Amino acid sequence: MMRRCAICALVTVIGAGCRVGVYRDAAQATGGDPARGVAAIQRYGCDTCHVIPGVQTAQATVGPPLDAIAVRTYLAGELPNNPANMQEWIRHPRTVEPRTAMPDTGVTEADGRDIAAYLYTLR
Amino acid sequence: MEPERSIAPRGVEANVESEWPLSLSSTGASWIPPRSECGVHRHEDGVAAGATPTAAHRMPLRVFHSVLEPAGPQAASITWLWWITLAICAAVFVIVLGALGAAMVRSWMRRRDASASGDASMLGAAVAAGVGLTVVILFGLLVADVRAHRIMSSFGAASAVSIAVTGHQWWWEIEYEDATPSRRLKTANEIHIPIGRPVVFKFASHDVIHSFWAPNLQGKRDLVPGIASAIWLQADRPGIYRGQCAEFCGRQHAHMAFDIVAEPDADFERWLDAGRASAREPQGEEAMRGRAVFLARQCAFCHTIRGTGASGSIGPDLTHLASRGTIAAGTLPNSRGHLAGWIVNSQTIKPGNQMPPNPLEAGDLQALLAYLEELR
Repeated sequence: MMRRCAICALVTVIGAGCRVGVYRDAAQATGGDPARGVAAIQRYGCDTCHVIPGVQTAQATVGPPLDAIAVRTYLAGELPNNPANMQEWIRHPRTVEPRTAMPDTGVTEADGRDIAAYLYTLR
Repeated sequence: MEPERSIAPRGVEANVESEWPLSLSSTGASWIPPRSECGVHRHEDGVAAGATPTAAHRMPLRVFHSVLEPAGPQAASITWLWWITLAICAAVFVIVLGALGAAMVRSWMRRRDASASGDASMLGAAVAAGVGLTVVILFGLLVADVRAHRIMSSFGAASAVSIAVTGHQWWWEIEYEDATPSRRLKTANEIHIPIGRPVVFKFASHDVIHSFWAPNLQGKRDLVPGIASAIWLQADRPGIYRGQCAEFCGRQHAHMAFDIVAEPDADFERWLDAGRASAREPQGEEAMRGRAVFLARQCAFCHTIRGTGASGSIGPDLTHLASRGTIAAGTLPNSRGHLAGWIVNSQTIKPGNQMPPNPLEAGDLQALLAYLEELR
C-alpha cells in the first residue's frame, strides 16, 4: 500500500514537473504567458470556432481542432510552424491567406504572444 | 479611439460606487463574459476604422449580479425583507437553543437533587409565553412581507417608460411602446432604461413559461403563454444589471440572459433616438457585399434589419446589432471572433437553438462580418 502511494506521488510530481517544463518552454519561445493566453482565447472568441484542449468553452467544429498544434509542421496549411508565424497567423490571418474564413479579430501584439504561448503548450 | 482592448478585473467591475460616467469612447461597456472568467471591454470596431463612431454610447459599469446589492426601491424592499427575516430567525434560533440548554441543565440538576419537585405553573407560563411570542413574531413578519409586496407591486407615475418583453426559446424580444407607431422600437436582449424614472415591463411568452429576473432591480415574474402580466421597477443608480431567465424553459435555459442598462435620462433618450433610426448604409465595398450576402442567404428569413428588405421575425432584430454588448442572449461577447463562430455554427455553442448552421463561403462570411459590425 505504502509503495503504491509512493509510486503515485512520484508519478504526480514528475508529471507536474513536465507540465511546468512545457509551460516554461512555451513562454520562452513566444515571450508570452500561457495562463493569460486562455483568457485571451475566450475574449477574442477563438473558442467559438475551434476545439482547444484545456479551454473548457472551446468545443466548436467550425475550424480545425488545435490539439498538438505545438508539434504540427505547418500552420494554415502553408506557414512553417514557428512562434513568429503563429503570431502572424493569429493576428492577421487574412493577410497571410486572403481566402481564409478565419476573421481578423483585432488581436493585439501582447495578446497574440499570450495566445501563441498557450497553443505551444498543446503537444 | 483606443486601439487596444483592455482587461478589467472582476473586482473593479463589481464595485457599484465606481466613478461615473466612464468614458469608454467607441469601445463601449466593460463587462464580464458569461462563459469565462475574464473581463473585457466591448469590442473595437476594427473594420470600419474610417467610419465615424456616431454610436459611441457611454456605458455605465457592470454591477455584480446579486439580490443583496439593490439598485432601486423594489429590489431594496426585497433586500430589506431578507435582512429582517434573517435577523428575526437568528434571534429565534438563539432563544430556542438557549431554552433547550436551560431545560437540559434543569433536568440534570433535578436528577442530582431528587427532593426538588417540578413546578407545573411555570410550565404553563413558559408555553403561554412561547405561543404568544411566536404569534407576535409571525404577525410581524406578515406585516413586513405585506409592506415589501406593496412597494414591489404598486404601479408608479403615468410618465413611466413602457417596455413589452416577449420570451422566446432562448432570447428576449424587447419593444419600447409608444402611442405613435413609428416611434416604437424593437430590439433584443439589451434593455436600456433611464435612472430615477419608473419603468413598466409588460410580459408575454411566445412558447413556454419563462421568468424575468434582474435581481438587482426586482423580484421574479413569470412569462406565461396566453397570460399578460406586468411589473414596474426603477433604477436609482447607473449600471449594467444582468438578468436571467429564472424558470426552466428547455435545453438552453441557462443561456437565456439579458442586460438592463440604467443610464441618465439624456443618454437614454439619445439611445432611444439612435435605435429608432434605420440601419445605416454600409460603408465600403466589403460591407456592401456583406449586406447583399445577408439579403441573399437565409439570414433575412428570420432576422429584421430595418431599412433593408430583411424583415424576418423568428430571431432577434439586428438593426443595431453592433451596439449591443452580447450576442445569443448574453451567451457570448459581441466581438468579431464570437460573431463568426456563432454565424457559421451556433449549434456547438448553444445546442438546440433555433438558428441553423450557415456554412457560408469564406469570403461571404468575412463580408457579412464587416457589414454586421457597422450596424451601430
